[in-house]
Amino acid sequence: MASSNEMTGAEIVIKALIDQGVDVIFGYPGGAVLPLYDALFEHNAIRHILVRHEQAAVHAAEGYARSTGKPGVVLVTSGPGATNAVTGLTDALMDSVPIVCLTGQVATHLIGSDAFQEADTVGITRACTKHNWLVKDVNDLARSMHEAFIVATGGRPGPVVVDLPKDVQLAKGLYLEPMRVQHKTYRPKLKGDLASIREAVEMIAAAKRPLFYTGGGVINSGPGAVQLLTDFVRMTGYPITSTLMGLGAYPASDKQFLGMVGMHGKVETNYAMHDCDLMINVGARFDDRVTGRLDAFSPGSKKIHIDIDPSSINKIVPIDVPIIGDVGHVLEDMIKVWKSKVHRPDADALEKWWSQIKEWRAIDSLKYEQADDVIKPQYAIQRLYELTKDRDVYITTEVGQHQMWAAQHYGFDKPNHWLTSGGLGTMGYGLPAAIGVQVAHPDALVIDIAGEASIQMNIQELSTAMQHRLPVKLFIINNRYMGMVRQWQELMHGGRYSETYSEALPDFVKLAEAFGATGLRVEKPGDVDDVIKKMLAAEGPVIVDVVVDQLENCFPMMPSGAAHNEMVLSAEDKAIEVSAEAAALL
Amino acid sequence: MALTREHGVSDVEDVRKHTISILVDDETGVLARVAGLFSGRGYNIESLTVAQVDAKNKLSRITIVALGTPMVIEQIKAQANRLVPVHDVVDLTVDGPAVEREMALVKTVASGEKRVESLRIADIFRARAVDSSHNSFIFEITGSTDKIDSFIDLMRPLGLTEISRTGVVAMVRGTKPT
Ligand SMILES: Cc1ncc(C[n+]2csc(CCOP(=O)(O)OP(=O)(O)O)c2C)c(N)n1
Ligand SMILES: [Mg+2]
Repeated sequence: MASSNEMTGAEIVIKALIDQGVDVIFGYPGGAVLPLYDALFEHNAIRHILVRHEQAAVHAAEGYARSTGKPGVVLVTSGPGATNAVTGLTDALMDSVPIVCLTGQVATHLIGSDAFQEADTVGITRACTKHNWLVKDVNDLARSMHEAFIVATGGRPGPVVVDLPKDVQLAKGLYLEPMRVQHKTYRPKLKGDLASIREAVEMIAAAKRPLFYTGGGVINSGPGAVQLLTDFVRMTGYPITSTLMGLGAYPASDKQFLGMVGMHGKVETNYAMHDCDLMINVGARFDDRVTGRLDAFSPGSKKIHIDIDPSSINKIVPIDVPIIGDVGHVLEDMIKVWKSKVHRPDADALEKWWSQIKEWRAIDSLKYEQADDVIKPQYAIQRLYELTKDRDVYITTEVGQHQMWAAQHYGFDKPNHWLTSGGLGTMGYGLPAAIGVQVAHPDALVIDIAGEASIQMNIQELSTAMQHRLPVKLFIINNRYMGMVRQWQELMHGGRYSETYSEALPDFVKLAEAFGATGLRVEKPGDVDDVIKKMLAAEGPVIVDVVVDQLENCFPMMPSGAAHNEMVLSAEDKAIEVSAEAAALL
Repeated sequence: MALTREHGVSDVEDVRKHTISILVDDETGVLARVAGLFSGRGYNIESLTVAQVDAKNKLSRITIVALGTPMVIEQIKAQANRLVPVHDVVDLTVDGPAVEREMALVKTVASGEKRVESLRIADIFRARAVDSSHNSFIFEITGSTDKIDSFIDLMRPLGLTEISRTGVVAMVRGTKPT
């Protein structure tokens, strides 16, 4: 029964990857994936990036996916390989990143017997994937592989796992081309309901204090959606704000852009959110870091919500006009309707609204003072921005104060150039994500704005960067504290810095050198430009240890349990009254 | 789907019981996915039944009785719909009227007057004795959850020792498909 489509399971996997347009995978070998690695060895079509920890493989794939719009692919072994990937999968689920993760599994007859390196991978990853498959029959393999790509990239993107028992990888079976596979049930709705779109446009035209509130969904929808958003926002002349995940979808340098909203959003943005009479949510999900106290969230506004995921609608905030569909499709229809009826916003009302916003803007809530002795973290990031903004630059971050300062002080005019762990807040994300970006964009400048604590969570990946000649730059904002946690301890726990001092830090310059990378350190504000230039001039990976003010806080801040009009602007007015209930919120 | 503001805004007290019917692919793990959704998101679930209903197309029906405010019930349905093997989610409490039935097996151990009395009550409730010994019965009863609850209450002082219930199964009345 020899047929040209008959091949081993491992070959089926590789063929499916090639047919899905995969050119790179991030992985780590082990016993249960030996047949797959063997098949990989035979094919040159796919580049394999060997990482140093499976968590990093997933973050690298996320970096690849978010900077290209294509799915990221991961290959790990059974048991510990799969469990190590769980944090990355959860991160991708929270931030809607398309990831196809292939895990090895013990042979089918051993499943359930507590075999060596056996883990219930589909059980463990059920809650951190969009869907997962345990393929027990080699003749189901091609279909499952193609379905995995359909599900990971369709609708609201997310991670999927395909668990591959070793005997299935070795067995011979039939291959099926991607075009012959259609998913039985999975059909995300792309077009929005036209009646709702018309209603929304009427409301947009009639609004007196409107605000666009945009999120990662715009970027996930693709470059078309990004352009349509820009067009529509310009047509209306309305102010626009973005979530952490949505930065870059609308040019930060544009005058209609108010900056990031939420816990560390600018005053004008959060006040506008509080006072607007119409909120137009485009691909954002009312995360608690954005809404603050729910019962005080934008009390006077009507709300329009465009989202491809029906479960995002009315989940947290009641919506007046929900539109379920892909952001790009919906915006296209909205613009058509807008143009067809010569909609014109109320110019007087709009002018009043803008002059109110400008008044708030004048508070200049991101201001800080740079004296000439110690480097302010904000200053370091601002200089980094000034000296790199004209290049093709991608910024990733770790998690903490440095992440928020990067979001505040580094401006993004293009989508897909800002990569940060928003939903899960995973320390250790930035370096592997930067590696994934650099793999996809070999000639780009890729910088991980890091904290000295976070960077230690996946620092082993510097070895990956060296091996694959990926010249990522690590810009460590070193405050010798887990700064974000310390800030909360200062503001809400009486300054008792329990376990947040970064004790016994490595010498980051020597650490870089131990990996064969370049290490630089800067301690004086006057030397910041110089060290950045040196970093840019260096050829391979670089660590820059930026020694900054230890106790600087990230402001403005809307403490959890507070409302948008209860922002804390500086350490001076930090007498934050936090109720027990609010303190229990994260 | 009615997703209006009136629908969304909900009084915290406004908790109701909904019977939700979910048609799924009959594949391994599908029950774990649905059950995991409820535990993972902290929804209140009163009963859950599942069985294959279409062998040819490999479909199963899961019937869930859940408690929640309109906003929570809306979420439950949207979240269930998001699961890849789910074909269809119907809220029978909203899209009904529906027939809802449950079956229970109830064991009593008693003799003398109590034994006679348990038979009398079973008769009133149209419960059948499906097993009997000198001093025990197993009754089979079918009906609404309320009916079964009251039967059990009445049996309690009459030597009730064990209960096994199926949970609710349901279907839309009339010609309309569920
Ligand atoms: C894996 C993980 N563990 C713990 C936390 C909690 N956490 C959030 S920020 C932070 C401190 C980060 O310190 P650092 O990397 O030095 O950044 P800084 O806030 O000082 O800029 C911690 C521990 C987290 N987000 N992720
Ligand atoms: Mg720090």
